[in-house]
Amino acid sequence: MELTAILYAIPWDQILIQTVNGIVTGMILALIASGLTLIFGIMDVVNFAHGELFMLGAYVGVVVLATTGNFWLALLIATLVVALLGAAIQIATLRPLLGRDPLTTILATFGVSLILQNYALWQFGPVARKIQEPISGRFTLFYLEYPWYRLMIAGLSAAIIGGFWLFLKYGKYGIWIRATTQDRVMAQAMGIPVPLVHTAAFAIGAGMAAASGVLFGPLVGVNHTMGLDWVLKAFIVVVVGGMGNLGGSIAAAIFISLLEAYASIWVSPAQAVIVSFVVLILTLLFRPTGLFVPTPK
Amino acid sequence: MTTAPLDKTMPLKKMKLSHNTVFWIGFCVVMALLIVAPLVLPVFWQRFLTEILIWGLLAMSSDILIGYTGMVSFGHSAFFGLGMYGAAAALLMVSPPNLLLALAFGLIAAAAVSAFVAYFSTRLRDIYFAITTLIFSQIFYVIIFTWTNVTGGENGLSFSRPRLGVPGLWTAPFTPETLHWFVLAVVAGSYLILRRIMRSPFGMVLQSIRENEPRTRAIGYPVEHYKIVAVMLSGLFAGLAGVLYAVQNRFAAPDFVFFLVSGETVIFNVMGGIGTLVGPIVGAATFLLLREFLGRLFGDQFPYLIPLGLIFIVMIIFLPQGLLGFARRWLNR
Repeated sequence: MELTAILYAIPWDQILIQTVNGIVTGMILALIASGLTLIFGIMDVVNFAHGELFMLGAYVGVVVLATTGNFWLALLIATLVVALLGAAIQIATLRPLLGRDPLTTILATFGVSLILQNYALWQFGPVARKIQEPISGRFTLFYLEYPWYRLMIAGLSAAIIGGFWLFLKYGKYGIWIRATTQDRVMAQAMGIPVPLVHTAAFAIGAGMAAASGVLFGPLVGVNHTMGLDWVLKAFIVVVVGGMGNLGGSIAAAIFISLLEAYASIWVSPAQAVIVSFVVLILTLLFRPTGLFVPTPK
Repeated sequence: MTTAPLDKTMPLKKMKLSHNTVFWIGFCVVMALLIVAPLVLPVFWQRFLTEILIWGLLAMSSDILIGYTGMVSFGHSAFFGLGMYGAAAALLMVSPPNLLLALAFGLIAAAAVSAFVAYFSTRLRDIYFAITTLIFSQIFYVIIFTWTNVTGGENGLSFSRPRLGVPGLWTAPFTPETLHWFVLAVVAGSYLILRRIMRSPFGMVLQSIRENEPRTRAIGYPVEHYKIVAVMLSGLFAGLAGVLYAVQNRFAAPDFVFFLVSGETVIFNVMGGIGTLVGPIVGAATFLLLREFLGRLFGDQFPYLIPLGLIFIVMIIFLPQGLLGFARRWLNR
């Protein structure tokens, strides 16, 4: 009797809807976090400006979409432009800091994030811009008209991450990146141009952030503060998943997004963020090196 | 009649004042200038100077971690903001508003929060510490922002300014001058206390953690305990700055718990020179003056953080010791 009452009290339809929502945002978050993790893993740099690259990607998407009207072109151009910008940032600010205390790099990228964020505010103003969804079809999910586009985001993000993984695993330059991550000095000795690999890795991470910015743009408005929310989430994901661990970050991104989505059934989305903070605290308490990596001796 | 060593030391002693004397003379000169300043300056700059001192105190508190213990905190806005809201609670609940109670409440709130943050975040080092402090400060931001019934949410809280003095014994309403002197007294006192602490055996252990943490642990110091105490000490003084800010501006707003305040605190430190205690105050002054200057030159809408961010990055690359870096050794001797 009691049990059936509890079972009836659980909003199954809402839980299913939130599962879909959670997976969609989780894939976006995974795309952002894997760029962050790549950059951290290869050069011990925590890229504070990652959220700003995400935001700038969305803005470039807005601009290209306004001129050409083609979403896919916007996605491609935003990715390339921000990747180039990332390479420029890496050469201008991070290369001179190579070999210094890693903490100075977090300060430098923080400076970059301030500049980019205020540039976006100055250039585009505080009013949120909208990106039109490329496909407007919807299907019925219980009482909701669920847009296909959201599922497409999840699929595309997964495809980008998968492609990236294949590139790391089998591509020649992917192997360069992995070699540099493992042992910078040895990679240099084997003839790998390590500074170039660093720049390329930063550019790839920046491009991934920009792509997720364009993909995510249609769901919420594009404005200059969107970077910070996402970089914070990505930081949580990266700490929970284990720093520099690609698979861990992806798992943690989906895990945390699902938890937040479920929490937002009962509390407002602004308060649902606290769930991910709690996950972070618990992780720090019991598995400080990350949930998805074995604790080192 | 004389021996060789005496011959050498005698003229030296005549020519050079001891390090201590020079320090105190310098301290007194700066203090005298700052005491006289509100009597000479126009109202705007008077207020500006008081604000510089308050932000300087916040930056100085963060220097304990950045400069002396080698941990970059991106979460000082939480301590600052909680000091602010603690003071607000005392000033709103008790009437007439009581300055000492505001101080006590603010410090207790900041201490509680910093104990919480310290317990968790000191488990991690370097970059991880920076990120966790940042995330913790965002937790408090979200709580304060969404808990509208208690904190006033986005609008914050406004209250009246307490009277200066000890209730029952002697009180007087704050004038801009006495407010400035009160802030100056608190900041100068904090500086002297922190300087003393950083030169004490405790401070030496913190500095040895900065220089070589594994070795400090190997010598037998409980590094984790020292770190927790350092974060709490830092949080306490940041909370003190928050109380001062609340008293000066008569409001508490969630914007001050937002991460941008922590970021600016770090910028003050790097600009002024970490590990000097006074450097961060100089950094805060430089930053705020530059901001004011740029605002006047190009109008209020000018995105001042773009040039300031560029200056910040250039300083990290070419002048990592900051403006007062050249005096670092001397100030800590």
